Amino acid sequence: MISRRHFLQASLAASALLGPAASGQWGRLAAQQRLSQGDLLDFDTFGNVTLIHLTDLHAQTQPIWFREASVKLGAGDARGQPPHLVGADFLDHYGLEQTSAMAHALTHLEFEALGRAYGRMGGLDRIATVVNAIRADRADALLLDGGDTWHGSLPALRTKGQDMVNLMNALGVDAMTSHWEFTLGADRVDRIVSGLPFAFLGQNIFDTDWNEPVYEPYELFERGGALVAVIGQAFPYTPIANPAWMFPELSFGIREERMQAMVNEVRAHGADLVVVLSHNGFDVDRQMAARVEGIDVILTGHTHDALPEPLLVGQTLLIASGSNGKFVTRLDLDVQGGQMLGFRHRLIPVFADAIDPDPEMAALVAAERAPFADELAEVLGHTDSLLYRRGNFNGTWDDLICTALMEERDAEIALSPGVRWGPSLMPGDPITREDVFNVTAMTYGAAYRREMTGAEIHGAMEDIAENLFHPDPYFQQGGDMVRVGGLGYRIAVDKPMGERITGLSHLASGEPLDMDRAYTVAGWASVTEGTEGPQIWDVVSDFIRKAGRVSVPENETIEVVTG
Amino acid sequence: MKISRRRILAVGSAGLVVTLLPLPASAATEADELIARFTDGATPGEGPLTITAPQIAENGNAVGVEVECPGAKSIRILAPANPNPEVCTVHFGPLAGSHRLSTRIRMAETMDVIALAEMEDGSFVQASARVRVTIGGCGG
Repeated sequence: MISRRHFLQASLAASALLGPAASGQWGRLAAQQRLSQGDLLDFDTFGNVTLIHLTDLHAQTQPIWFREASVKLGAGDARGQPPHLVGADFLDHYGLEQTSAMAHALTHLEFEALGRAYGRMGGLDRIATVVNAIRADRADALLLDGGDTWHGSLPALRTKGQDMVNLMNALGVDAMTSHWEFTLGADRVDRIVSGLPFAFLGQNIFDTDWNEPVYEPYELFERGGALVAVIGQAFPYTPIANPAWMFPELSFGIREERMQAMVNEVRAHGADLVVVLSHNGFDVDRQMAARVEGIDVILTGHTHDALPEPLLVGQTLLIASGSNGKFVTRLDLDVQGGQMLGFRHRLIPVFADAIDPDPEMAALVAAERAPFADELAEVLGHTDSLLYRRGNFNGTWDDLICTALMEERDAEIALSPGVRWGPSLMPGDPITREDVFNVTAMTYGAAYRREMTGAEIHGAMEDIAENLFHPDPYFQQGGDMVRVGGLGYRIAVDKPMGERITGLSHLASGEPLDMDRAYTVAGWASVTEGTEGPQIWDVVSDFIRKAGRVSVPENETIEVVTG
Repeated sequence: MKISRRRILAVGSAGLVVTLLPLPASAATEADELIARFTDGATPGEGPLTITAPQIAENGNAVGVEVECPGAKSIRILAPANPNPEVCTVHFGPLAGSHRLSTRIRMAETMDVIALAEMEDGSFVQASARVRVTIGGCGG
């Protein structure tokens, strides 16, 4: 008899063998400038349960460019392991062909040239086509949304997330979890949740007064003769990474012991398959998978990683489905008698020029955008260089935002949050008001201006670096490194806190940053209540309107040292 | 500060005696010295003592810490990097139904929160939990 572990490994090996073949096929198709919907959606239906995973959409309803990270360092044991491989290392690890469609979708390599060949990705109308096609194969497939869905665009900000709620309801979500949703405020979230036709899950969300659960921890579904439990895990550090004053009565945290208790509880209810719909971030999920017994599948989120194969931790499958609508994961499972006996997986790249828009969803999206059509379409200027954000350190979008902050707010130094959302723009693209909102929209976007001493700036950078590069994933608090303008520095990521950041220099004067002097600092996304200043999208829009054309070279003032 | 329901229940059922031990602010004693004073010089061992605290504090002004130690006569919580590092000492009477306490402490900075328990036989056990206090922001 083949043990379960053996079967999983055999399945995984088969999946690994299929990877290069499939990508090779895409590479050939690309050479012919032809990606077909049939090829992208081709899937030999397997087992008795199908999961569809979509996460970190960040309210992106339109096809976008999205350049993946060129620097995405893992800390501790995660160094050099997926999802911290980038570029050629990523292609080698997964046997993907250079310049293939999947190479373009999953790495930053030759982004402009390959982007011109393969076109934009995402778009909720294309995602609807993918979801409908999967449901045509298996009508009761579960659609699970990993959160960061109601935030990240102009329409989502203006409608307080209502546009996304309406659209995801139309798409037919079965359960979701959350993170940025709470930046709409707890009252707004509760109002939305009270009207949701599906479960809003978070086993790790408690109230601060009574330390009691606030939302449902899990939902049970009967699918293909199996009882499927979906346990929700919201982003554990929401009150630290985002303004806690917007949801003062909520406490989060990893709450690993309760996760174990919930797994045990659903197993006691007879669950044949235990799925965790998570917004932990990949490294936290990897650690949780190794410490909590009995989870079959973790659908990861938050860190925007996309992996072409599941990663196996013990007997738990970790699935990473990317962000911003670039990918939809289909996972077919054979579940019998309380055991996951096998799987078939595909990370479906949503190439917008190859996949037909679903007409019904396209009409719904257009209706949600119509009230804001004029403002969305306003052209502020043009870019002559690639604008992107994703990565551990300053991207070109971040450098543009920092420059706008320093110029428009007359500051010596700028700070911009290390968030992972925000699509890219190609050289030559117009920069619209929509594009600026796509990289700045939030409910706490006031651009503050204040004085900080060099020592305060250094201290803040050390603190944030510790949140990013702590070797224990459970201590990693949230986003990437704070983006800085007007500053150069060296970061030794593997040093302890207080010793990572050296060589801080004030670029305008060429002098070392004076620890005792006060500098004028402009920034945005402060988590402090009552922060004052113009909204960041207006600051950036004003700067681009005046500049007309912008060109932002790759940042060369940050030196990253490992080891 | 609100008293949590759990704490009220604990007080009601276990008959806790809570003694707060203020020290002069200048007496930021080293953790080892603090421990030695409590144990009368004995080195604490490991035992059935569990301390539960968040890895990263959501609010450094009120960090929830729970300590449990079956068979303990008393449990003391120390926050060594605080200006006043002795948080509380809780004594459990013979009728105590459980040997668990839950409280919220204010933390000045990142530190290892220490729990010390004195067992029925007079021996001591120790456990600690790292709690990080951060400025936050930059949220992914």
